[in-house]
Amino acid sequence: MKLNVNDREAFAYTGGKAFDANLPTVVFIHGAMHDHSVWALQTRALAHQGHAVLAVDLPGHGRSAGPAPASVEAAARWVADLLAAAGVKRAAFIGHSMGSLIALEAAALLGDRATQLVMVGSSFPMKVSPALLTMALDQPLKAIDMVNALSHSGWAAKPSAPAPGFWLNGGNRALMRRLQAAYAAAGHGNLFHLDFQVCDAYAAGLETARRVRCPSLMILGHSDQMTPPRTAATLTGALRADSITLPAGHSLMAEAPDGVLNGLRSFLARSAP
Amino acid sequence: MPGHSDPGFDTLSLHAGAAPDPSTGARAVPIYLSTSFVFESSDHAAALFNMERSGHVYSRISNPTTAVLEERVAALEGGVGAIATSSGQAALHLAIATLAGAGSHIVSSSALYGGSHNLLHYTLARFGIATTFVKPGDIDGWRAAIRPETRLLFGETLGNPGLDVLDIPTISAIAHESGLPLLVDSTLTSPYLIKPFDHGADLVYHSATKFLSGHGTVVGGVLVDSGQFDWNASERFPELNQAYAGFHNMVFSEESTVGAFLLRARREGLRDFGACMSPHTAWLILQGIETLSLRMERHVSNARKVVDFLASHAMVESVGYPELPGHTSHALAAKLLPRGCGSVFSFNLKGNRTQGKAFIEALKVFSHLANVGDCRSLVIHPASTTHFRMDDAALAQAGITQGTIRLSIGLEDADDLLDDLSRALKAAQKAAS
Repeated sequence: MKLNVNDREAFAYTGGKAFDANLPTVVFIHGAMHDHSVWALQTRALAHQGHAVLAVDLPGHGRSAGPAPASVEAAARWVADLLAAAGVKRAAFIGHSMGSLIALEAAALLGDRATQLVMVGSSFPMKVSPALLTMALDQPLKAIDMVNALSHSGWAAKPSAPAPGFWLNGGNRALMRRLQAAYAAAGHGNLFHLDFQVCDAYAAGLETARRVRCPSLMILGHSDQMTPPRTAATLTGALRADSITLPAGHSLMAEAPDGVLNGLRSFLARSAP
Repeated sequence: MPGHSDPGFDTLSLHAGAAPDPSTGARAVPIYLSTSFVFESSDHAAALFNMERSGHVYSRISNPTTAVLEERVAALEGGVGAIATSSGQAALHLAIATLAGAGSHIVSSSALYGGSHNLLHYTLARFGIATTFVKPGDIDGWRAAIRPETRLLFGETLGNPGLDVLDIPTISAIAHESGLPLLVDSTLTSPYLIKPFDHGADLVYHSATKFLSGHGTVVGGVLVDSGQFDWNASERFPELNQAYAGFHNMVFSEESTVGAFLLRARREGLRDFGACMSPHTAWLILQGIETLSLRMERHVSNARKVVDFLASHAMVESVGYPELPGHTSHALAAKLLPRGCGSVFSFNLKGNRTQGKAFIEALKVFSHLANVGDCRSLVIHPASTTHFRMDDAALAQAGITQGTIRLSIGLEDADDLLDDLSRALKAAQKAAS
């Protein structure tokens, strides 16, 4: 679905069904160097099971016009503006990695209008090594390969996503390369460096978590090398969130698509307002 | 950063897509010889059919053993995924049928396997898909042949039978300037010798019957997507960027940014045309892939010895191997194929048709048959077999004469191959009198 947000074109995938703002709305927010398609299976399932789904492409990612937000807080404000443009009054927020921090900020920003919060593959702080940030500037394709390698727990996650026959490591790499190239071609610069800088710079996590009033859930990957489960403990405590750990790396939605979906469905049902 | 996080080619050849079987602990890939798979519930069944969940329903669409092969070849090629098919020809047809329909047009290299030429020139024309053939080295010809209704450019990494090296960087750039993908047949090279995606190709397919399988036992194909082509950026591909009534009005390019092509190819082409691969075939090809790099090294090493032998033999007019300085693709081969130009090549025998027949019939180690990429050495006369449907003009365009003989060099002791060829060349010489 195309929307106009702050005079720029924005895109949100609606799960293969027409968006109906009268249904309980779930907003999916992707992570750094990703777009809506990382949620393909979870969004399609929820959209066909009674939810209105908005899986956004953040500005500068996928089909939403850039430039990309320069901070987690700015991205959260853009999400709030997108909801206004879509006519959504209340919504659950589900984010992955960088997107989980944006979901956290959005949930705090919208107060009682946020019904639930799910943070997938998250940590706080989400610090990025200076070496990776330097590599992102000098050798972005090498930095993509490094992050891609660290995002997967193995070579044979089954049944694969979005369907059998997909090589997850290759799909994630191709997506990051596509987004990096498109952002540069649009004249905005180095998306990888910007996204990872945004993660690294975010400092308000614990303070923001204490302002979140809705029920929250952490979904973590047992073998996650990007955001290991132990690095989410402080945030989980501040949110007083439920937590589940799945046998997966950082690419949880692809490596454990059913586990993530089952976790979401169960949480959304039991914590519905 | 080699290791578990970033495995190399040989490690991927053995492990990509496969893990010990969770239910039995079996280390080798099990053969799931089952047509269909039990649903956990009615809701689970509906979710699988609607692509809300990933999983196997029916082995024409996907199968756990075949999926391992698909992931493995995708990993070796550097792609996002793959679809295994009943043959290489089925893979080519699946690629074309996913992107083109009646009224569409293809620009193809003229240096093709005879079966591919038949499909494009005769059969697809009957279904309203036209093809313009261009000599692979005619760069301006590629550009000039593109029309508004063109849907893809196509060529072989090593053109059959003259081994013209496809200038993938240049041809892919021409394709991309027009918003078109480049499809490459990489059968003769395998991902060990070249990864076409690294040079700009968008889709790759193999006749897995050949080097991937490597043992001349099964027929199969694999179609791989790089995930790099933006199907959404062009109005030429409504099949991928508009709602498809044949599958819940799915817009494949929305569903998956990098996997749209494969989703459509599986959900339409494999479902409706049905040219799927048997899990047993997939398993045999997986066995071959486990030793792909070892075999390709030996194939190339043996081929180089045979090429050197033939190039200096009095009965041989010419040898068409790109590593030879006189070959038209010599410089391009050095750039794109530093590990070697495979082990399938042709040479022209001096003398008449009778002498050619005598040569082939005198061979003892080489087998006279219609295949390439076997671990055993093979020989054939293209003009009377693989390319017999082509007229003289088409043969000439493909670089084939009546004296052309094609060899596929296997894994035997190189000295035994040279001895066999030496005896056969003597027989050919005697047949002149």
